[in-house]
Amino acid sequence: MSVTTRGALPGGAYDVTVIGAGVVGSAIARELARLPLRIALLDASDDVGDGTSKANTAILHTGFDAVPGSLESRLVRDGSRRLAAYAAENGIPVEPLGALLVAWDGEQHAALPSLAAKAGRNGYHDARIVTAEEVRSREPHLGPGVLGALDVPGESVICPWTTTLAYATQAVRAGVDLHLNCRVDAVTSGDPHLLATGRGPLRTRHLVNAAGLYADEIDRLLGHDDFTVTPRRGQLVVFDALARDLVRHILLPVPGALGKGVLVAPTVHGKVMLGPTAEDLDDKTATGSTAEGLALLREKGRRILPALLDEEVTAVYAGLRAATGSEDYAIRAHPAQRYVTVGGIRSTGLTASMAIAAHVVDLLAEGGLPTSGAEDLEPLRMPNLGEAFPRPYRDAELIASDPEYGRIVCHCERVTRGEIRDALASTVPPGSLDGLRRRTRARAGRCQGFHCGAEVRALLESKARP
Amino acid sequence: MNTTDRRVDVLVIGAGPAGLALAARAARAGAGRVEVLERDQQPGGVPRHCHHGGFGSPPRPWLHGPEYARRAVTAALDAGVALRTGVTATGWAGPLTLETTSPAGLERITARAVVLATGARERPRSARLVPGTRPAGVLTTGELQRSLHAYAQPAGRRAVLVGAEPVSRHAARALRRAGTQAVAMLTEHPRGTALPGVPLLTRTTVTALHGRGRLTGVAVRHQDGRAGVIACDTVVFTGDWIPDHELARRGGITLDPGTRGPCVDPAFRTTTPGVFAIGNALHGAEPAATAAAEGTAAAPAVLAHLTGTPWPTPGPRLLPESPLTWITPNHLPTPATRPLLLRATTPLPTPLLQAHQDGRPLWHHRFPTHVPPSRSLHLPPGWTRRIDGEGGPVILSVS
Ligand SMILES: Cc1cc2nc3c(=O)[nH]c(=O)nc-3n(C[C@H](O)[C@H](O)[C@H](O)COP(=O)(O)OP(=O)(O)OC[C@H]3O[C@@H](n4cnc5c(N)ncnc54)[C@H](O)[C@@H]3O)c2cc1C
Repeated sequence: MSVTTRGALPGGAYDVTVIGAGVVGSAIARELARLPLRIALLDASDDVGDGTSKANTAILHTGFDAVPGSLESRLVRDGSRRLAAYAAENGIPVEPLGALLVAWDGEQHAALPSLAAKAGRNGYHDARIVTAEEVRSREPHLGPGVLGALDVPGESVICPWTTTLAYATQAVRAGVDLHLNCRVDAVTSGDPHLLATGRGPLRTRHLVNAAGLYADEIDRLLGHDDFTVTPRRGQLVVFDALARDLVRHILLPVPGALGKGVLVAPTVHGKVMLGPTAEDLDDKTATGSTAEGLALLREKGRRILPALLDEEVTAVYAGLRAATGSEDYAIRAHPAQRYVTVGGIRSTGLTASMAIAAHVVDLLAEGGLPTSGAEDLEPLRMPNLGEAFPRPYRDAELIASDPEYGRIVCHCERVTRGEIRDALASTVPPGSLDGLRRRTRARAGRCQGFHCGAEVRALLESKARP
Repeated sequence: MNTTDRRVDVLVIGAGPAGLALAARAARAGAGRVEVLERDQQPGGVPRHCHHGGFGSPPRPWLHGPEYARRAVTAALDAGVALRTGVTATGWAGPLTLETTSPAGLERITARAVVLATGARERPRSARLVPGTRPAGVLTTGELQRSLHAYAQPAGRRAVLVGAEPVSRHAARALRRAGTQAVAMLTEHPRGTALPGVPLLTRTTVTALHGRGRLTGVAVRHQDGRAGVIACDTVVFTGDWIPDHELARRGGITLDPGTRGPCVDPAFRTTTPGVFAIGNALHGAEPAATAAAEGTAAAPAVLAHLTGTPWPTPGPRLLPESPLTWITPNHLPTPATRPLLLRATTPLPTPLLQAHQDGRPLWHHRFPTHVPPSRSLHLPPGWTRRIDGEGGPVILSVS
């Protein structure tokens, strides 16, 4: 069991190497970890989940609105069930709030029956149309003009950070080698494949490409030109925890000609999210926010939940979806090459991750990977980042057993020194303040470090890391 | 659950200048058990991190923040105040009962009077909706001061300061002492005061932050359309204060839309009987001496409450008209006895201020100076005797 962040990579050939430690790559590594094989998980970044996986809308979808019959529809439905169970077992916060697709004009209202029918074709039968009065009584702070809604009770919000981290942690504990700061620059296809990385060569018999935005580029290194990733930026605004009482459900827009649109949803961390935008770009590093994007979000948000705009903003960020121009995932097996590409995992990858992983292991088997002898993995107990579940600062027994859980460092988010200490000593430790935030919520609150920033930084730096 | 229940007479949340001053005065006057809770490990509040002179009333150039804080702590301890640090009030378990967390465990503390003295913070970059990437090197003055003074952490090499008011200048000086070059100060206002040697850009806003990993520059735009990028590895967002009002809101205490702090009367009573609010928790940043003076001034009302004086119903509201942005106190069941604090969003050159109630002029006065948005006007209290307690809101305007 090891996590490396620098230096040469181990010699000998791995049985399987997964490129990309996003939520999808980590899920695949975790699924593979059940097998008696030698596995590596690589990422160019200094942390797991540092690409698209950290900056999404964090919804555990039912798949009610997928394209019926698509691979995505099947994997989202299956993945949703798997991840819900996995989350419950391993301490990943999930809040089953249900969604309302709110219709604000006649055209949107008229679209609700066909959306309900589509949900049925996706195997989701609980969606039903509700009246304006019912919507109002369930969401009293909505702006004027609501005509009705589609009620989708199965939608939930989840912690995207804990999900990726749980997969990676479990994989590493089961023996997977996680190599960070390890960008793959070239591949010499063969048996084994030879990967040239920023940290030297790595040999592997089977290869999985889960490189997210860069999956098309890795694919080309192996001689395939099936698809092109066009980054589709989504900018988001997160409002302070004091806004949380304004909204009870995930408020989805009714999809129109211009894509999925802007939603308002509580986060499992107790805040309220507004977004995302949808902008097709050609720069895979353009994760900045823009004045236009923020103005657009504020305009949409004001219509949906006017009081939200008076609340303080705690965070603004942007993520890039790996869009491909096709309406489905681009998961392709090349059995002769012992290679699987997991591309085009656009806006449902978090939800589908476990089902994608199971599907990919099946595809690897077609390429000759021995998949017998799978064992169940030790369950985890991830630190709870969810606001709806007991946090250490509220746990008298825990504090009695270890007073460090009573020493609050980050006041806005109520993060204790005990939790920061645990994160720094964890299986996959953070390499940066952002990584520490994703493991503890430290500095994720309204003051953004005014009070605790210096102390949190000191704690991170006091920890000599490998 | 093993949560301890306790009772005290006066519970003050926050050991900054306001909370300590109130506690000291109340304890000396025989208020019984006066307990101050402070979430930090050290008492004293923001002045602890302000390594510059000018504290005290009148301002004393040689009195530095840490020394000022030490004196306030000593005065409170000498008065018999129970001062507990490392204790966070996390919420309410009743109208006058607070829940707390500390390394010693969880407590529920019920008081006969609760005083919110929780202070204020600066709005960070995100709350100001400054677009761009999310690199390291983006701070508020609060974080900068703590990182320099409490942890001796290096700031970068070249810093831009957003804001050109006293706090911005303190930030610039602190950076200089740490060996960081302050390359520019900028303000959206037509004037501001920088430091000698630091270029001041007026009528200028930050339009984006650049850089991955570490900040590489800030994009700025002048009102006349000129734009550019200033190369830097650090940017400090200064000023733009907001009361730390979480406890007040979670306790259902009415906030004033202008200050965003609790609504109070001239005796610092909130709309919830038994709960007072003082200092920067009330209105954002004022000098420490003003916060301390509010604490001292609130003590008699706290004592009066302990001896059974009834809680008054709120009187007429005070409503500032744009560009005036807030005033404290916020409603007047009784005339004010101390100056009222009033702020504007834009600079006011020699402003003529007026107060009306139901169309009836109550008072007017021309201030002979230029008043920047970072400074409060202190209105004399005498005219508030003319307010009709049964009448409509009192409108404050400027011309
Ligand atoms: C705005 C937005 C909202 C979303 N909302 C939701 C939602 O509510 N629910 C949901 O289920 N999904 C949602 N998604 C989608 C979800 O976030 C993605 O589907 C998911 O993150 C894809 O995971 P991934 O592992 O494929 O990609 P990534 O998370 O991008 O991971 C790819 C990893 O590969 C690494 N890498 C790339 N190239 C190399 C290389 N050459 N060598 C080594 N490493 C490399 C990268 O550093 C990165 O860590 C949303 C996405 C966006 C942008």
